[in-house]
Amino acid sequence: MEHFALWLSAFLTLGILSFLYKDNPWYKLSEAIFVGISAGFWVVTLFWDNLVGKFWDGWQDEPMLFVGAALGFLMLLRLVPKIGWISRWPLAFIVGATSGLWLMNYLASNIMVQVMATIQPLFSTGYASGFDAGWGAIISSLVIVVGTFTGLVYFFFSKEHKGAFGGAARVGIFFIMITFGASFGYTVMSRMSLLIGRMDFLLGDWLGMIG
Amino acid sequence: MSTRAKELIALGAITLFALVFYFGKIWGWGTFEFPTWLSMVVIVLIGLSLLWVLILTLKGQLIERRVVFIYVAFAVALPLFMSFSQKITISPEVYQLHNALTELPAGSKVLISFDYDPPSAPELQPMAESIIRVCFEKDLKVIVMGLWPQGPQQANLALEKVFEDSAILAKNLQYGRDYVNLGFQTGNEFVIQRMGSSFESMFPSDYEGTPYREIPLVRNVRNFSNVDFSVNLSAGFPGTVEWVQIAVDRYGLLMGAGNTAVQAPVMYAYLNAGQLEGLLGGMSGAAEFEAVAGYRAKGTKFMLSQSFAHVVVIAFIIIGNVAFFRSGRKSKLKGK
Repeated sequence: MEHFALWLSAFLTLGILSFLYKDNPWYKLSEAIFVGISAGFWVVTLFWDNLVGKFWDGWQDEPMLFVGAALGFLMLLRLVPKIGWISRWPLAFIVGATSGLWLMNYLASNIMVQVMATIQPLFSTGYASGFDAGWGAIISSLVIVVGTFTGLVYFFFSKEHKGAFGGAARVGIFFIMITFGASFGYTVMSRMSLLIGRMDFLLGDWLGMIG
Repeated sequence: MSTRAKELIALGAITLFALVFYFGKIWGWGTFEFPTWLSMVVIVLIGLSLLWVLILTLKGQLIERRVVFIYVAFAVALPLFMSFSQKITISPEVYQLHNALTELPAGSKVLISFDYDPPSAPELQPMAESIIRVCFEKDLKVIVMGLWPQGPQQANLALEKVFEDSAILAKNLQYGRDYVNLGFQTGNEFVIQRMGSSFESMFPSDYEGTPYREIPLVRNVRNFSNVDFSVNLSAGFPGTVEWVQIAVDRYGLLMGAGNTAVQAPVMYAYLNAGQLEGLLGGMSGAAEFEAVAGYRAKGTKFMLSQSFAHVVVIAFIIIGNVAFFRSGRKSKLKGK
């Protein structure tokens, strides 16, 4: 069984990689198996964990679960074209509840705390510690101040980007481009990691050529 | 010879190669490792061939895109056979996470959430193994869980790997007393929110079906206030963002994170704001954590392939730009 599993994994891995040569039936088969298994896995997982694990085993203790179940059922009415509009009710509930629940989280974590982290003393390590920051810390703080300010200027479209304002916006573009470059570099690293993982499987686990 | 015939020959050659080495593995051929001189020869040959491609491009002869794929494949595969490793420079955020773990008093409870699945394992599994190993070395109690269905399975794989170390095995760590796997719970970020008031409501039993109250390690763990530190290993949603927003900012949990490289740039904002107590970004983060913890495992081993691949990518960016300017497309774009 172990041999079969290894060969099957290798067959599917090579099938996916064969797309680099050209689109072919081997790739299509591997892709279809992957998509099918993923969908099946999620259906089974959600059925047992949500429908059985949470609703079926728990409705006696929490009758409110029937409200959720009813909303879930209404969502499925989308499959019946004549009364499909009813599915908008549970959708509206989800959108409203999620917005209400997460608005404060985002406001606190992604706005307030980030703004606080940007407003830092330029030349000192603390508000009451005098001019004690090293050159590295000062430069780092200046980069944050200039980058944040010019980045915000770039996204201010109510005034034409001309003169000093336009210059600041151009500096902002540089900061944004550097950010995109860093993200791209990390993305390349991430994708290469996936390839390295597959190579390690093919050459190590499957063929035993590497330790 | 027709293209179809060539394709069949190539497929046959790959199959034969695989069969030979597969049966070689069964017959105990052992692994292959290049001596240093051979590694150097391989590096020089790849470098010279890239130079040759650049010269061809300068002459106006463009290479096929499949050649680039072959270069990347070699750049990733060949370093796996090389015996030497590159120097790993450790970032402050990696030190920060390591220090946060090692400075915890023995017996402290560390919650590790495995929010990823096998596709992200090359980046996150080495982190998981190193972090669990550090926890066990420092006699910390480990509670693992997952917001992704395959997370707890990845946790078990990491635990199995850590227990291969004789030093860890000698500690005679007991499941339920020193570590526990609470398993997966559906509900994404709502699970974190409910855990803020009651772990047991979200995990009535562990991965093996043992009721929560019968597990000595977590019997007295009611919510986040009973956990000393947390590490989130994340490959997307739900992951570090949700843990920071709810567990850290609302409930005051101390947390470090290990992320896939794609996510890492976003997480640096949380790190700089003090919402994260250390961050491991991608495979390089895993390798750095191994270095600071004094191990040499897969993160370190894979970094050589990673660096080779990056050099090849950079080389082809240069070659691509040369081809771009050589072909005069820039002038055409400018309308000249």
